[in-house]
Amino acid sequence: MARELLEGNMAMAEAAIRAGVQAYFGYPITPQTELLEWMAKRMPELGRAFVQAESEVAAINMVYGAACTGVRVMSSSSSPGVSLMMEGLSYIAGTELPVVLIDVVRGGPGLGNIAPSQGDYNQIVHGGGHGDYHPIVLAPASVQEAVDLVVLAFDLAEKYRSIVVVLADGNIGQMMEPVELPEMQPVERPIPDWAVRGCEGRGRRVLSSIYIKPEEEEVTNLRLLQRWQTVQDNEIRYREYFMDDAEIVVLGYGTAGRIAFSAVRQARAEGIPVGLFRPVSLSPYPYAQVKAIAQRAKAMLVVEMNTGQMLDDVLRAVEGKVPVEFYGRLGGVVPYPDEILDEIRRIARGPISIGVDPRQAWMKRLSQLIMN
Amino acid sequence: MTDATVQVVYSRPKALTDTPTTYCPGCTHGVAHRLIAEVLDEMGIVGKTIGVAPVGCSVFAYNFFECDFVEAAHGRAPAMATGIKRVLPDRIVFTYQGDGDLASIGMAEIMHASARGENITVIFINNAIYGMTGGQMAPTTLPGQKTTSSPLGRDVEQAGFPVRMAEVLATMEGTGYSVRRSLHDPKNVRLAKKAIRTAFEVQKRGLGFSIVELLSTCPTNWGMTPVEALKWVEEHMLPVFPLGDYKVSPAVAEIKI
Repeated sequence: MARELLEGNMAMAEAAIRAGVQAYFGYPITPQTELLEWMAKRMPELGRAFVQAESEVAAINMVYGAACTGVRVMSSSSSPGVSLMMEGLSYIAGTELPVVLIDVVRGGPGLGNIAPSQGDYNQIVHGGGHGDYHPIVLAPASVQEAVDLVVLAFDLAEKYRSIVVVLADGNIGQMMEPVELPEMQPVERPIPDWAVRGCEGRGRRVLSSIYIKPEEEEVTNLRLLQRWQTVQDNEIRYREYFMDDAEIVVLGYGTAGRIAFSAVRQARAEGIPVGLFRPVSLSPYPYAQVKAIAQRAKAMLVVEMNTGQMLDDVLRAVEGKVPVEFYGRLGGVVPYPDEILDEIRRIARGPISIGVDPRQAWMKRLSQLIMN
Repeated sequence: MTDATVQVVYSRPKALTDTPTTYCPGCTHGVAHRLIAEVLDEMGIVGKTIGVAPVGCSVFAYNFFECDFVEAAHGRAPAMATGIKRVLPDRIVFTYQGDGDLASIGMAEIMHASARGENITVIFINNAIYGMTGGQMAPTTLPGQKTTSSPLGRDVEQAGFPVRMAEVLATMEGTGYSVRRSLHDPKNVRLAKKAIRTAFEVQKRGLGFSIVELLSTCPTNWGMTPVEALKWVEEHMLPVFPLGDYKVSPAVAEIKI
């Protein structure tokens, strides 16, 4: 199939359409709005449901209702909007419904700005709505990968009756790249046996997140956890670059991982034995793979567009076996490859500091950089 | 006496499940449930109806109806109903919401469902109080009415005025049918049933958003006997919440039941 030049938001929207999304509900918010606009045009012309909701609160609850009917449904938003969706996401998790959400993250907290950021890692990967549940979280580093992960997201959502978040950022949403879109899948799909569509010809069904008896909620929480373990066993995804003989390993996801790739390539050209490990599934997180890297690498460098939210997961996996350094830019500032290259060079020159808090050390370096 | 003389004059509608009520003695939720069930039976639409339960006393409404049901977050029932209806436009989708759910936390969702002319039916139970949480002030609490969160009586200077939803929603172009009825005596119960039937007929015919507001009792949290509570609706609620047809679109007016 021919490749097309498409903006990330539009490409993700079209990917969802081709994956058979039957209903979309959203609310305008930069830097995600083109996704909603694409849906506004395409969904009605295909005879599928599109509603511009009155708020993200309403949008996610429309998604909740539509998901109860057993068809492929989704929403998309950006950080402040996703905060508003947390109520609905918790209910969706509690009702065990498949839903896809695309989060095009921007700088925060608060109103913040509309620049690309990874400041919502903890909110999406570790946090979210109230209660005990885990969403599947996938992080693309290019428009093509965003397209591929959106399609995968629908499959995983259905397979595990789970929320799947495609955690993009303003870069992925806004930049144009050549992409190969997937084949159009049939929108008519088998209806799952839990769907609520009117009880004609069968017993009535109720979909709810209520388990008023704690003992029943405990059983439900345990079921969710058991399902999550299956997800952990089967759905770890990551990409490795120059890792065979890497002594220094850079870790970064999404846009930060992609920028780090440029730096790693340059460092390789300079003869530095460095590789890149880019988690694609942030939840489930590739702890075992990071742990294995810690057994053989001499040093690790975590690169993020936040204050080191994934860093904590890396440190947990590394268990102090190897020095870990951190480099992050904040609040919507995107690092240049040169900044990361300088970090790689610094680590390659040594000596590698041991017993120093990587975040504290980075704060000093960043303060100097920003103040100058 | 022979079998031929035995006549069933009263029974549970088919659309109601055989479930002991969880509502308080004297509460009119049961009456409202029965009226909806009778209408679903009479229209023969149980098999194609999906109910959306709210948060509040009727959070367990799904236990009592023989149709498919979902359970919404507090105030979000109209949004959830929208999601269902947009995927399944040929099904009958209704929400059942109390005053805190619909007129306070869910004000945005109900207004915009109406603004879109969302083809759903809303049964709105107005008993001027938060029942499930134990009798706090509702958006429909009357001026001067004592609740646990307005212990000296609702002070309009501080806590504002009751919201009249049937009138408010009647101003929206997307609304096909907006009326207020009451459940305080048999005559009004009959009128309420007719309105509920009309509201479902509006949806069946695709004539837009339909809502029936039902003045209801909460003997427990009002601190009254059931009989006193019915009297209180008549004497105190009716003057603030007048019964009437606030919007009947021309197409709806032609429906004959």
